[in-house]
Amino acid sequence: MLIYTLKRVLLALLVALTVSILTFGLLHLSSDPAVALAGEDATEEDIQLVRVQYGFDKPLPVQYMTWLTNALQGDLGTSYYFGIPVSTLLAQRLPVTLTLGSCALIYAILFAVPLGVLAAMRPNTWLDRFCLSLAVSAQAMPSFWFGLMLIVVFCLWFPLLPVSGSDTWKHFIMPTIVLGTNAMPAIMRLTRTGMMDVLATDYIRTARAKGLRPNTVLLKHALRNAVIPVIAVIGIQAGYMMGGTVIIETIFALNGMGLLAYESIMYFDLACMEAVVLLLCLVFITTTFVADILNAWLDPRIRIR
Amino acid sequence: MTVLLEVENLTVDIPLAAGDLHAVRGVDFTIKKGETLGIVGESGCGKSITSFAIMGLLPQSAIRKAQRLAFSGQELADLTQEQLSDIRGNKMSMIFQEPMTSLNPSYTIGEQLIETLLRHRKVNRKKAVERAVFLLEKVGITAASSRLKQYPHQLSGGLRQRVMIAMGLMCGPDLIIADEPTTALDVTIQAQILSLLAEIQNEFQMGQILITHDLGVIASVAHRVAVMYAGQFVEIGSVTEIFEAPMHPYTQGLLACIPIPGKTKRGSFLGSIPGKVPTLIGDQTGCSFANRCTYAKEACLLKDVDMVSLGPGHSYRCVLSSEICHQNAREAACT
Repeated sequence: MLIYTLKRVLLALLVALTVSILTFGLLHLSSDPAVALAGEDATEEDIQLVRVQYGFDKPLPVQYMTWLTNALQGDLGTSYYFGIPVSTLLAQRLPVTLTLGSCALIYAILFAVPLGVLAAMRPNTWLDRFCLSLAVSAQAMPSFWFGLMLIVVFCLWFPLLPVSGSDTWKHFIMPTIVLGTNAMPAIMRLTRTGMMDVLATDYIRTARAKGLRPNTVLLKHALRNAVIPVIAVIGIQAGYMMGGTVIIETIFALNGMGLLAYESIMYFDLACMEAVVLLLCLVFITTTFVADILNAWLDPRIRIR
Repeated sequence: MTVLLEVENLTVDIPLAAGDLHAVRGVDFTIKKGETLGIVGESGCGKSITSFAIMGLLPQSAIRKAQRLAFSGQELADLTQEQLSDIRGNKMSMIFQEPMTSLNPSYTIGEQLIETLLRHRKVNRKKAVERAVFLLEKVGITAASSRLKQYPHQLSGGLRQRVMIAMGLMCGPDLIIADEPTTALDVTIQAQILSLLAEIQNEFQMGQILITHDLGVIASVAHRVAVMYAGQFVEIGSVTEIFEAPMHPYTQGLLACIPIPGKTKRGSFLGSIPGKVPTLIGDQTGCSFANRCTYAKEACLLKDVDMVSLGPGHSYRCVLSSEICHQNAREAACT
């Protein structure tokens, strides 16, 4: 298990490094940052001045090394647009997104996994059909529409929840439901399929033949094997949820990573863009890493060869 | 000797889109303590379904009926699921065909062995582990205590089947059902597993149902033999009776298929019974073997054939009289 974990950590670091090189290179090559920074009325001399001042005249590898060294020390540069250090900016935005993401993830898992299990236990009954229609509607609903409908119901018709902002836990209820509902169908259907496959296996018959109680068979012997493929998918979905979504953050005026990414691209805020992309990538790497480790813990065939 | 298991007119129907599949159509037998009943028959004749019906492990859609299905005098149909699960793995356990897939890949051998005992007995983990080690050694697994920490995928098929046998023995059952325990194993391992089963059965004086399609196996380990065809027993009797005086044309046919060293000529075709097993979907009357039987007459198809008793323990399901059956057997032996 230790060797497996170390291997995964090493792999994750390599991926992070590769992504940082790629983003840095692509962003610097896509257009001349000095031109964008100097503004529309800038003369050729102004642009040259900016170029030297910000170090854009140096070769790209040198610029990257400088950026990397600073980044590793926590200095991600200063946002050209917001005029404050990028790290300060991230410290404001990231907690909002992480709170929303984890709430949505927990909500999605808490609903989707039990429903998937129930549907698998009674396939082709009204319960299964109900879960299926739930999954299809959740999948089909665009999140901007669902979000607006929630606002109509819970803010206009029944004024129970605040419309926008991120001040109290109440502000997070609706965004959590919208974001989580989006992720539920895949988790639910995959749990159902996994569970049905496992319930038909010989080792479940063995467990029943041993006289184990139905709950032991279901929770100890079946669920553990059934969730293994589900966890990999949850890992990827968690990445999306923790990375922030522009649409949901816009609707509920949550100042999170999604909005920051959008703004930094709009204003070609190079330092900010680089930091956002790198952070999103780190979030993704972390969630898939956690999923890998969880799976290895659950399935000895992964951890012991 | 005490009667362990009584089965009277057991039927299992499985509803399918094409109609009801009559998988088991009226099976009767009893098993006493210390006795091994071998059930032989072709694939799909209902052997496994019969054992699942006894264990209460049939698929949910299957319908089980029986005049009597009693274990140690207790009618199994009267029990709740909870009471039934108290018996399963405890007084009555089962070894399956597929050792490769019958163990949970996520738990160690040890965990899977001891959970049976912890479920049925008030013992602590330490005692349960001791019992597991004892039984693993009993079934011929070396370095048993270190094996407990291994996962199924780290063991070979033969070892896994030994683990399955040990698992079946954890609670010291009165009855053990072995459903083709050697089918998935190498021939060399097959013999080891079978002699192990026979040895353990003898040592613990358990009742045993040994399901197989291998007559050679039956001859060496069973006390009594039931020949199953198309969901029915067509003949049941002691090993000697079945092998030396087979009555039913199907039993005779099966025995004729076994090549005998010295007698079967090199290069000649091995024996076989022409035709194929009838479908068990939908209702049918008459002898189900009639379409493959050399002696079949019109009368065979007119009405269902009942078991004919030839004295204690030996009965067969055929319209032919015992004299004619004997005659047929002798003639078949000459050719």
